[in-house]
Amino acid sequence: MQHADSSGSVMTQAEAPSQQSTSSSGYSGEANSREANSRLGADQDIILEMRHITKSFPGVKALDDVSLKVQRGEIHALVGENGAGKSTLMKVLSGVYPHGKYAGDIVYNGEVLALRGIADSESKGIIIIHQELALVPLLSIAENIFLGNEISSKGIIDWPETNRKTSELLRKVGLSENPESLVSDLGLGKQQLIEIAKALSKEVKLLILDEPTSSLNEKDSDTLLALLTEFKARGISSILISHKLNEISRVADTITVLRDGTLVSTLDCHAQAISEDHIIRDMVGRSLSDRYPPRTPQIGDAVMQVRDWTVHHPLYPDNKVVSGVDLDLRRGEVLGIAGLMGAGRTELAMSLFGRSYGRNISGEVMINGKAVDLGTIRKAIDAGLCYVTEDRKQYGLVLDQSIQRNIPLANLNAVAQFGLIDENRELAVANDYREKINIRCPDVSQQTINLSGGNQQKVVLSKWLFADPEILILDEPTRGIDVGAKYEIYTIIRDLAAAGKSIIVISSEMPELLGICDRLYVMNEGRFVGELSVAEATQEKIMSMIVRASA
Amino acid sequence: MNDETPETAGALKAKPKTSMHFIRTHLREYGILIALIVIMAFFQFMTGGILLKPVNLTNLILQNSYIIIMAVGMLLVIVAGHIDLSVGSVLGFIGALAAVMIVEYDINYVVTAIVCLAAGAAIGAMQGYWIAYFKIPAFIVTLAGMLVFKGLTLWLLAGQSIGPFPKNFQLISSGFIPDLFKAEGINLFSLSLGVLTASILIILSARSRMHQQRIGIVDEPFAFFFAKNAIIAFAIIYLSYLLAAFRGLPNVLIIMAFLISVYTFIASKTTIGRRIYAIGGNEKAAKLSGINTERLTFLTFANMGMLAALAGLVFAARLNTATPKAGFAFELDVIAAVFIGGASMSGGVGTIIGAVVGAFIMGVMNNGMSILGIGIDWQQVIKGLVLLAAVIFDVYNKNKA
Ligand SMILES: Nc1ncnc2c1ncn2[C@@H]1O[C@H](COP(=O)(O)OP(=O)(O)OP(=O)(O)O)[C@@H](O)[C@H]1O
Ligand SMILES: [Mg+2]
Repeated sequence: MQHADSSGSVMTQAEAPSQQSTSSSGYSGEANSREANSRLGADQDIILEMRHITKSFPGVKALDDVSLKVQRGEIHALVGENGAGKSTLMKVLSGVYPHGKYAGDIVYNGEVLALRGIADSESKGIIIIHQELALVPLLSIAENIFLGNEISSKGIIDWPETNRKTSELLRKVGLSENPESLVSDLGLGKQQLIEIAKALSKEVKLLILDEPTSSLNEKDSDTLLALLTEFKARGISSILISHKLNEISRVADTITVLRDGTLVSTLDCHAQAISEDHIIRDMVGRSLSDRYPPRTPQIGDAVMQVRDWTVHHPLYPDNKVVSGVDLDLRRGEVLGIAGLMGAGRTELAMSLFGRSYGRNISGEVMINGKAVDLGTIRKAIDAGLCYVTEDRKQYGLVLDQSIQRNIPLANLNAVAQFGLIDENRELAVANDYREKINIRCPDVSQQTINLSGGNQQKVVLSKWLFADPEILILDEPTRGIDVGAKYEIYTIIRDLAAAGKSIIVISSEMPELLGICDRLYVMNEGRFVGELSVAEATQEKIMSMIVRASA
Repeated sequence: MNDETPETAGALKAKPKTSMHFIRTHLREYGILIALIVIMAFFQFMTGGILLKPVNLTNLILQNSYIIIMAVGMLLVIVAGHIDLSVGSVLGFIGALAAVMIVEYDINYVVTAIVCLAAGAAIGAMQGYWIAYFKIPAFIVTLAGMLVFKGLTLWLLAGQSIGPFPKNFQLISSGFIPDLFKAEGINLFSLSLGVLTASILIILSARSRMHQQRIGIVDEPFAFFFAKNAIIAFAIIYLSYLLAAFRGLPNVLIIMAFLISVYTFIASKTTIGRRIYAIGGNEKAAKLSGINTERLTFLTFANMGMLAALAGLVFAARLNTATPKAGFAFELDVIAAVFIGGASMSGGVGTIIGAVVGAFIMGVMNNGMSILGIGIDWQQVIKGLVLLAAVIFDVYNKNKA
């Protein structure tokens, strides 16, 4: 099998983009037919076929003639760069964009679907779990699972039956929680499993998961993927969108690759082993020889010292969320904080950043040898400290405003004079970042709500780069970001460090930390339990530090 | 990726923006202006031309001035993601305060006006303090304020009406700017002011368009640009001609024009405005961007209080007395005007001009229906339906996009 990238990478810049897309899609047609041939021998039980789907938004063609076939009982992975159209394709499939709002056909179990909404697709057994979870935090597990679908007679809910069924569903997804406990008391991983239990309660036949593991730790991800594999045996098909290619190559039966809204290839993982590099080549149109940019660290003097930093939970003041943390950061250094989800890393970062988290915060911070007051966010920013949040929708973006307006938000004075905004300057800044870190959008007047998840992340990052920090704290900076863009973000981090800035990276992906950092702290249950230089660090060492600390 | 993204970006950028696309994305802004024109035309026709008679037009402006003044402040409050239910009561209270000071204590009217504006700002600040720093929902704080100041008005006036005001004070509302040219039959100075305003507006928008052209970001088709400016200029000149034919431009109109331009400028061009929109759009993100959300919210309410006080002075001057009933249910008209003007309940969206046009839509309907002899009962029903329709249109529009 030949690949799109082989044609893509030889192509010179001068060639028109249209040529490239026709060449890749024409060629993928060929790939498809070969695939079909090779599979004819196996039992062909197609549950879903999407034919020639095209969907446009004002100024963007999000999907252009994309076709996709899913067999009964397979895990079908959907991959592609940020903004490639993965979520859009799944929104078409699940009725979020109803029939008539797109071109093409959806054939499901031999029947052409004309969905009017999510309720329609759910009644057919097509259930989507979106990139952002949709649980009601202050309702119980049972209430959430049967929300809108209550077990009742004459409008009166049958609680014993509801709870019994909930326990049963929870068992199926490997949980043993009390059906009456509140969803907000569960961790993200468990919430994700609750979503799946909810899907099961609706007799799911085709489960769509849009980046389900992007905010899960490794263990929770494994549980979830094992569950999908289990579903296969019961004839439930899954479509899995993920940027974590190692997961994909582990569980997928078929991989569909999208690029810029067009189909690039459909890869059959049983016909041949598909390497991650192969997927990457199809995704980005060229091979990535390295996942991390090369770098020669130039580490200077101490920039920030944190001593005995202790933070209490905002609602339960007796709980220490961070306790007695000592942190040293040097000029030009990339410092990683490793740890499991819930170790207190975000809380540490946010409490440092203008006390935006927690109460009864104590401890001392010195920047450039002087004790500083970081009591408000403004003071923190003025002291040169910036924090890029992990939760871009809630804390990062003003979603109904444009890219252009979001980027200067943390540093408005830099695009203003005497309090008057200079819109040209603002526009220039936005365009500058759009180019520099490759934000994909028709133009910078696009509302950020309409951007794909990964591109939203890039806008948040731009906002803080524009604030020109001395010390930049990045919290899960590559969550939901494609491999190519990850490389770009790592490059930005490298360049910042080379320019003498200091960077703290919080990440749950250990390979990433090992790939880009100079030094690591390992955090567990609110404490730093170890410090490693990157030369001596390995995943095993980090894990064993965490385990030892927990014991 | 690097070898293809510039091309993709180029391809996306090169895609021409059609007029259709432009209409779709700007339907709301034009829609509201067109709605106002249609409604005016409708009543002009139905009332047999009474609506735009110079006397009636002058009246229309005087009648709605206090609503518009408050709508300007309310827009900022709503954009910041809050609401202020107390403005009607504050208006009444300040009117009463002015009456007591001027009529009963014989205090100079300039001093009184200054004290009243400060009192309004203080009232707004007091409410804003709880909303901004204690995170008490604005709905509740201002609902309390509404009751409190309605009560204080009654107490201050001891249940009586107080008036009349001295001549000079009345001039706020009943005065007209003097005719410096002293022409026969028509107030030439007022007309010239109208022409001047129209010209300035045209020059400003032409300049900004030329500027956009230079950096290549024009998206408004020229025909639209031309038509819009022509209509606006014509409307301003025509209306000032009508007003000039009666007694000229009312003083309040000058106050309003001043407020509208200052606040439009603040909302769209300054960092303060930008920050208020950001707070309404996503308060947490704004806060984490280093914006002092509390202080801005506080100031927004203080400003609202001051404008409500100004409206109170205008209203008292117009009625020439302060009555316990003054300001009753005004907050509803003001809030309705802002929403008709396209602001969003959840904050972050809306324009000053939109709110002003929304207020005029309400005003023209009130006035037109009264001329037609439609009872207050049906007037309420119709206004309610118009508000609902405007918001439905908004939501529909948003879902379609
Ligand atoms: N409602 C919308 N209005 C305008 N453009 C949109 C809208 N929704 C999506 N788009 C655009 O369509 C394209 C595809 O977006 P989509 O969300 O499907 O990407 P994705 O493949 O899921 O990316 P990611 O991996 O970042 O989640 C993007 O360019 C995006 O900006
Ligand atoms: Mg997506």
